[in-house]
Amino acid sequence: MRNKRSSRKIMQPHSKRKITVPFCIAVSVLVLLAVIALFPLALVVLNSFKTHTQIMTNPFSWPTSLSLDNYVYTWTTGKFGEGFINSIKLTSSAIIAGVIGSSTMGYVLATRRVKTWRPLTLYFMLATTVPLQMFMLPLYTTFVDLKLMGNVCAVGVAIAAWNLPMPIFLMRTYFLKVPYELEEAARIDGANTFHVLTKVIMPIVSPGIITVACIIGLFSWNEYLLTTTLLQNEANFTVTLKFLNLNGTFSRDFSVIMAGAVIMVIPMVLVFLLLQKRFVEGMSNGAVKG
Amino acid sequence: MYKTRYRKDVRERKLPYHLLSLPAVLLSGAVVLIPAIQTIYAAFTKWNGISKTKEWIGLQNFQELFSDWVYWKAVTNNCKWTLLFVTVPVIVAMLAAVLIAYYRIGHKTFQAIYLVPYILAPTTNAIIWLNIIFSPNAGLIGFLQRAGWDITSPLGNMSTALLGVAMVDIWHYWGFLTVIFLAALRQTPHDQLESAQLDGANGWKLFFNIYLPNIMPTVSLMLVLIVIYSFMTYDYIYLLTMGGPAHSTEVLSTYAYSLAFSAFKFGKAAAVSLSMGVIGSVAAFFYTWLSRKEVVE
Repeated sequence: MRNKRSSRKIMQPHSKRKITVPFCIAVSVLVLLAVIALFPLALVVLNSFKTHTQIMTNPFSWPTSLSLDNYVYTWTTGKFGEGFINSIKLTSSAIIAGVIGSSTMGYVLATRRVKTWRPLTLYFMLATTVPLQMFMLPLYTTFVDLKLMGNVCAVGVAIAAWNLPMPIFLMRTYFLKVPYELEEAARIDGANTFHVLTKVIMPIVSPGIITVACIIGLFSWNEYLLTTTLLQNEANFTVTLKFLNLNGTFSRDFSVIMAGAVIMVIPMVLVFLLLQKRFVEGMSNGAVKG
Repeated sequence: MYKTRYRKDVRERKLPYHLLSLPAVLLSGAVVLIPAIQTIYAAFTKWNGISKTKEWIGLQNFQELFSDWVYWKAVTNNCKWTLLFVTVPVIVAMLAAVLIAYYRIGHKTFQAIYLVPYILAPTTNAIIWLNIIFSPNAGLIGFLQRAGWDITSPLGNMSTALLGVAMVDIWHYWGFLTVIFLAALRQTPHDQLESAQLDGANGWKLFFNIYLPNIMPTVSLMLVLIVIYSFMTYDYIYLLTMGGPAHSTEVLSTYAYSLAFSAFKFGKAAAVSLSMGVIGSVAAFFYTWLSRKEVVE
């Protein structure tokens, strides 16, 4: 780890900002990229207030009224309420399973007190690169045999288990930052390993746990392939599958699709803005070597 | 006497760590490891996925695949996809990250905007693009057509379909790379930059002599990950074209999926998956080798 102070200063390579031609070009490039990123989403929001015919005539026209009728109709016909509840169930079980699995294993890999740390590290590194197809077919038949098909929580746990490696290595980096002396002091006071972990270490790494939970949550909420394979009854569909279903049945009515898309986008963007720091930290700590 | 007591003591101290390993080992073992071993076995059998019996047929599945043009089309498409992804999003993200870091322009605002497509579900993004961009009725394409442009949806054309799908996936992905590169750039030692600027280095020199060497470990790690994920890619292709038209966007994962769940040839699907797994483990070797310094040492 490099010095924090020097890494902050990097954002000021010039002592004073001058408005130069290259600076203006840089700003316009960045703004153009922002427009590209947001353009389809802005268009969807604009059209979600219009009728099917209005959208067909001109997708760029302004809506004539800001009525929420499209949204109310879409929410009820698409059964979005049921979908959100299923998604919340799936995501919470994924977060619980993922946090338990990654924090315990992350601690074992960070402390290296048992010789198994080496094969376990190797195994979880290899598991990062196993394609889903490599284990999805037998998993599908197992789910059928155990009558778990359509069980939202079981699918959440499966998603967490498949995505365990990244959270494990992320948790490991947080455990490595805990000073060893703290643990030693607690042990001298007579605490055993479980006490040390639950009473001393976990409170220190709790910001890391929240970060890991955010990353697991984001992934399981958006997951498509495993969810669509293992949830095959419309009543168990997560909200993403409900929306996909709506697109299949209502593909003739664009106002419903647009309102549905906004219902999908807005909550995600709000949660993201709220937890932005955690998401960015989790993403960059998972990939940046420093 | 002393020795046995010492051993018992060590065992007692190690037991908690083995217990702590259990949740992850059980989860990953049940969901990934055991099914993966079953897949390896199934690749050498004829199996419809429902019956209890798997008939051992040796290498027949693989022989069939090697003479199957769709399989080779899928492999080629995966290679094209990899080439697109190790270049386009990497260059765009690098440009954005360097501009933000160098000119120190509102990095939090741009970072948040660029990440929005990345945090949305593939299903949402795919439906949005299908309806508001590619649709000949309600989309941008239809609007431009009515305005007199000679333009059609890239997804409907065999020669451009793969590019069309890749465009949507890249649109959703490059912001993530920007965040990673930006985080790495911010660790560039300040004194290096300062002395380079005192020497009068221009933008290009600064980038190739200071920024790039400093973030190279991150960049190479991301490139390996992109290669791995490019051979696993599924969501956007299936949601936008389902591998069509006429297999022109077929990749290994969509082919394995349709073999299993449309044709009920689980054995053959397992063989396709196994070949993906082999490619994955070659890439994994490089991944482990690159990150070995960080995790093992």
